[in-house]
Amino acid sequence: MSAAPTPRPKHYRPYYDLNLAHLPPPGLVSIFHRISGLLLFFPIVPTLLCFMDLALGSQAGFDRVHGWFEHPLAKLVAAAVFWAYAHHFYAGIRFLLLDLHWGIAKAAARSSALAVFALGALTTLLVAWRYW
Amino acid sequence: MKAYRKNPVGAHYGLGDWLLQRLTAVVMALFTIVMFACLIVDAPHGYAEWKAIFSGMTMRIATMLFIASLLYHAWVGMRDIIMDYLGATSVRLTAQSAVGFALVAYLVWAAAILWGR
Repeated sequence: MSAAPTPRPKHYRPYYDLNLAHLPPPGLVSIFHRISGLLLFFPIVPTLLCFMDLALGSQAGFDRVHGWFEHPLAKLVAAAVFWAYAHHFYAGIRFLLLDLHWGIAKAAARSSALAVFALGALTTLLVAWRYW
Repeated sequence: MKAYRKNPVGAHYGLGDWLLQRLTAVVMALFTIVMFACLIVDAPHGYAEWKAIFSGMTMRIATMLFIASLLYHAWVGMRDIIMDYLGATSVRLTAQSAVGFALVAYLVWAAAILWGR
């Protein structure tokens, strides 16, 4: 028999741990899914629409957008943006599978979380290799 | 006469949104896979090839379907984020309205890009 539960203190400090390194892989997948989703909404999607507008509008617009991506820093940003999309994609598929009760056990959820990070990195490297 | 009573906290009110967020995710995932495969196998070179990709009606409708799915998906996702982190009702309402207007603007902008010339 356990003892009676200790009553909750009246004034307690809420506990916040904002250090991402303390999160297990599934937690990291989740928070990066959220952050990448926010960044995709703004500024990534409007920026891409702006590029599409230019690149499909005229030859001059296409050349301008093409020119911007010649810059090494722009390539790095493009890779980061691609990673955000890839992570949101793979993590989203993982969540859909979890919704179907697929890989819900702790060990399986952990391996699938690691797989999301591995696939995101691999796809980003593939695109970087293909386009640079 | 029976008064109309609505349970304001029933969890089932979110079910439609929850399901649609997942359905739109599947639509966008399929589009992403097809687009990615096409671009990685045979990347378009130059303006003419790039323009040709988006000139067919199938591609335009598929792209619009993607953007429309994105609109609903991002609306639910951004609402989740806003509900989690923004406390004051006034701030929340302002943020959600801004998100809604922005998403409709994205949709119209995409339609203008695809058909407007």
